[in-house]
Amino acid sequence: MLRFITNRLLQGIIVLIALYTITFFLIKAMPGDPFTGEKNIAEETKQLMREKYGLNESVFHQYFLYLKNVFTEASLGISTSKAHSVNEMIGQSFPVSCILGLTALSFAIGLGVPIGVASAVRKNSWVDYSGMALAMIGICVPAFTVGPLLQIMLSMKIPLFNVAGWETPRDIILPAITLGLVTTAYIARLTRSGMLEILSQDYIRTAHAKGLPVSRVVCKHALRGGLLPAVAYIGPAFAALISGSFIVETIFQVPGMGQHFVNATKARDPFLLQGVVLFFGLLIVIMNLAADILTGFLNPRVRLGQE
Amino acid sequence: MSFPSILTIARIPKIRKKLLKPLQGVLAVIACLSLWSCDSRSSVEVATDKGILIMGNSSEPKGLDPHVVSGVLENNIIRSLFEGLVIEHHSKNGEYLPGVAETVERDENSTVWTFHLRKEARWSDGHPLTSEDFMFSFERILTPSLASDYSFMLYYIKGAEDFHKGKTTDFSQVGVSAPDPHTLVVKLLGPLPFLPEITKHYTWFPVPKHIVLKHGKIGEPFTDWTKPENLVCNGSFKLKSWQINDHIEVERNPEYWDARNVGINGIRFLPINNSYTETRMFASNQLHITYRVPPEMIAYSGEHYPKNLRTEPWIGTYFIRCNVDAKAFTDKRVRKAFSMTIDQKSIIDNVTLGKQLPATGLVPAFGDYPASTPVSFDPETAKKLLAEAGYPNGEGLPDIEFLTTDQDSAKALAEALQAMWLEHLGVTVKIRQLEWTTYLDTMFKQEYDLAAGGWIGDYLDPLTFLDMWIEGGGNNRTGWSNEQFEALLDKVQQTGDQATRYRLLKEAEDLFLEERPVLPIYWYTRNYLISEDVRGWNPLILDNHPYKFLKLKAAN
Amino acid sequence: MNAANNSLAHGKPGNSLWSDAYLRLRKNRLALASFWFVMLMLALCFVAAWFCPNPDKIDLENKFAGSSVSHLLGTDQLGRDIFARTLFGGQISLLVGFVATTLAIGIGVVIGAASGYAGGRTDAVLMRGVDTLFAIPFLVVVIVLQVVIAEWTKDASGWVVDSWGWDKKLTSRIANIIPLFIALGLFGWLTLARIVRAQVLSLKEQEFVEAAKALGYSRFRILFRHIIPNTLGPTVVYATLTVPGFIMYEATQSYLGLGVEAPNSSWGILIRDGANFLETEPQLLIIPGLFFSLTLLALNFLGDGLRDALDVKAAKD
Repeated sequence: MLRFITNRLLQGIIVLIALYTITFFLIKAMPGDPFTGEKNIAEETKQLMREKYGLNESVFHQYFLYLKNVFTEASLGISTSKAHSVNEMIGQSFPVSCILGLTALSFAIGLGVPIGVASAVRKNSWVDYSGMALAMIGICVPAFTVGPLLQIMLSMKIPLFNVAGWETPRDIILPAITLGLVTTAYIARLTRSGMLEILSQDYIRTAHAKGLPVSRVVCKHALRGGLLPAVAYIGPAFAALISGSFIVETIFQVPGMGQHFVNATKARDPFLLQGVVLFFGLLIVIMNLAADILTGFLNPRVRLGQE
Repeated sequence: MSFPSILTIARIPKIRKKLLKPLQGVLAVIACLSLWSCDSRSSVEVATDKGILIMGNSSEPKGLDPHVVSGVLENNIIRSLFEGLVIEHHSKNGEYLPGVAETVERDENSTVWTFHLRKEARWSDGHPLTSEDFMFSFERILTPSLASDYSFMLYYIKGAEDFHKGKTTDFSQVGVSAPDPHTLVVKLLGPLPFLPEITKHYTWFPVPKHIVLKHGKIGEPFTDWTKPENLVCNGSFKLKSWQINDHIEVERNPEYWDARNVGINGIRFLPINNSYTETRMFASNQLHITYRVPPEMIAYSGEHYPKNLRTEPWIGTYFIRCNVDAKAFTDKRVRKAFSMTIDQKSIIDNVTLGKQLPATGLVPAFGDYPASTPVSFDPETAKKLLAEAGYPNGEGLPDIEFLTTDQDSAKALAEALQAMWLEHLGVTVKIRQLEWTTYLDTMFKQEYDLAAGGWIGDYLDPLTFLDMWIEGGGNNRTGWSNEQFEALLDKVQQTGDQATRYRLLKEAEDLFLEERPVLPIYWYTRNYLISEDVRGWNPLILDNHPYKFLKLKAAN
Repeated sequence: MNAANNSLAHGKPGNSLWSDAYLRLRKNRLALASFWFVMLMLALCFVAAWFCPNPDKIDLENKFAGSSVSHLLGTDQLGRDIFARTLFGGQISLLVGFVATTLAIGIGVVIGAASGYAGGRTDAVLMRGVDTLFAIPFLVVVIVLQVVIAEWTKDASGWVVDSWGWDKKLTSRIANIIPLFIALGLFGWLTLARIVRAQVLSLKEQEFVEAAKALGYSRFRILFRHIIPNTLGPTVVYATLTVPGFIMYEATQSYLGLGVEAPNSSWGILIRDGANFLETEPQLLIIPGLFFSLTLLALNFLGDGLRDALDVKAAKD
């Protein structure tokens, strides 16, 4: 197991370097530069600004300089669009995104798994249909509709929550629900489908034949296998919650990391963009590793790192 | 018995219990979080009580260094922290009140100005504020390596442009001097009767020499001196906290020379990007003043919050640029034809919805400068002009592309214009929506036929709308230039008499409108919501409200 | 098991997976109803749309009108017919949804299954490639693609209009979303690959695979004829989730000026614009929202029906 993990982490470093390289050249390929502003500034001034950030050096120089800074000073550079270091921006926004993401994920799992299991167990009954319809709300009604709806109904008409902001723990709830709804839909449906695959297996029939109560059969025997597709989905899902929360963050005024991806792209801010992408890449490597380990744990037949 | 039927007669309660456990867990967590920190008063009530103003400020600022940043929202914050030689009058446009300078003198040509600084002026750390700080600040913003994008606001000073462009490195060649610690003398290139207006702009604000030099050299960009733990300022407030993308809070500055007359205790700036969320936050009493109101919500706010909605003229023009180098728009008759088929009133009533004013000229009216009137909706004449230019009914015109941004409002406007040109001229214009930076880049390269745009004035004089149209001007981007126009502007720079200046500027503007390289559409208004708790807030056309005159008192 | 129900006992010829599936699907009423609903929607959007009033015609004096004979479902904020705009918008959305999803499924299933089955070095390389691609900022890719292939699409659409006589407007509408198609194709298969791989990892240890190996079947044959059909369950389900996902993604891209160009529209854009009128004119949101939601609910029930039909282990009674 330890060997497996070390192996994966080493692979992770290769992934991050490949990621850095691709992103670096993609950013260079975008039209416009970080200093394109509405009130156009003189070319000389732009030149000076480029010098300020080291952007007038050759491409190779910039490439290696950034890498050097990452490894020697653990510094991801200085944002060209905001007066802060990238480390500071990620440092302040990541915990927020983490809390939001984890809450959304717990909500999604807490709601999605039971619905998925119930639907599978009571297949093609009204429980199944209504459960699936309920789960699908997350996809049918996109975040930019659910968010304002929740704001209007639970903050304005009935003043239960703040419309927006991130000041009290209560402010976590509405954005987490909005964010988690899509994931709920995926988890519910994937769980249902996974459970259905398992429930038709022979060993389940054996368990029933042995006279075990259904709840025991489901929870102790079927769930482990049935959750596989959902688990494979959760790894990238959590990472996507962190990076894809831009819309929820703007609707609920949450100072998270999702908006950095979009804003840095719009502002052509090479260091902030590179910084969040690398950080995100690191997150993916870790989450996928965790998901794979969990898969191996749930299904002992899956032998990890073999051949 | 077949397999599925075993399941169908399975007893439900047990399964339900096991499945409901995680769900119950989640609900329990939600309940706990909800009950935590229950203050039944609204944010606004609490804030008014404490004397803290909560303002929506649209977006996270690029920084707080007055010499480096530019932008309306940055200005809002910087104005609370720093104070210039004079400050904006709280209710009258074009007038000023004493700031760091107690009195202001000018010579008979309005070319040499003397500012007498008050002796009690201090920085927020107690250090005295002297003319040396101003000298340092002017030198700093004109130092090339600082790469400030607004240094041109100081080009009125003799020798300033040369110093900034690196033609000389000797700052003593620049026309500012400090004969003693409380006197500042400014020598300009030519007569400028409204110099105090210009000094209201943050590029003329002082920065603390002793602090800036502590964290880096004079021309060193981006040092740590603006961080909350380091920032020292001279305004009504000082920086209390800065949470990125969350809030910036400023608190009362006891060292401010007029501290006892500052009416509020602090300001909290919220960078709310989404204008709908902002309006809803206002409706649920989470803030005192919004930055704007989205067009769709203006009528709604007028109905539901009539006492809170403000619609005020703002110094700016929205226009469409024509690329005069493109085949279609080389002929000014074509440009005028397009301009005359824009039903400005219909656009204002149906698309922008903000009670803007139709732009009958380029420069909005203010003070003694009246608005020009040649721009109007006249489809008949337009059709004739187009035919005269060789394109009867739009035949023969090359493909025309209209460049605009990705915002919803820009799209609606573009679609409305497209329909108007089709209806009245028979021309189909293709809309090209681009993401903001790509749009700017494309527009700057003049790779368009028509491009949406606009201009907000930096100071209260028509020149701010006219001096951008010179040949090769960084903000021109149309390819248009005209010798006569530039000659007129040169004459203006030599004249000290306001009436003569206005006359010359009017001539220049009318010439510009006759050529019509841009199609003016409307003059901006600002629509925003303001709580009745805020007292002392008056409409100002530059929208640079001085915060010290505000008071917060709960309205009943 | 009741022998009378067993089709083998009746001497019917052995049915393949697909014909069995088809028979089972036919019996599922909800799935069938959903299928016809989707067909109806396709007919409406691609055929009936052309009989509607011009969706781009602006009539500023007639904003927010209610239902009438000339405007079946009323008009929007610029006086355009809502029904027509919804149908034309459906063309783009359904196109993006189906085509991009098919592309994504095709790539994702093959790579995920190959990776899971092969294991070892191949698996590691493929999955690390997936990790890398996952982290690349999608937005940047679309922006760059837009710029890079702008010239090419302009030339190509010009050629198509000239040689094949396609309608210029229609061609430019489609050409405009090509960068998005390519980007979705490049990145949309990633999560599915992981899900399929997880399935395959457990499948390949099962007895039927050992049996196939013992019979001497090639790896290729085992992969395509034995393993992949068994992964179809979650795949189909994921596909029915991806279609709406892509439709919505196209809308968020339009936030940033990428995707469908004005005045053309798509369901996603109509819903997004409609959300701005939530408090004032909700019908602008509800109408496209309803079209969208019902279509994808139908797709999902259809998908479930397909999943059930393809389930090789479902009892034949």
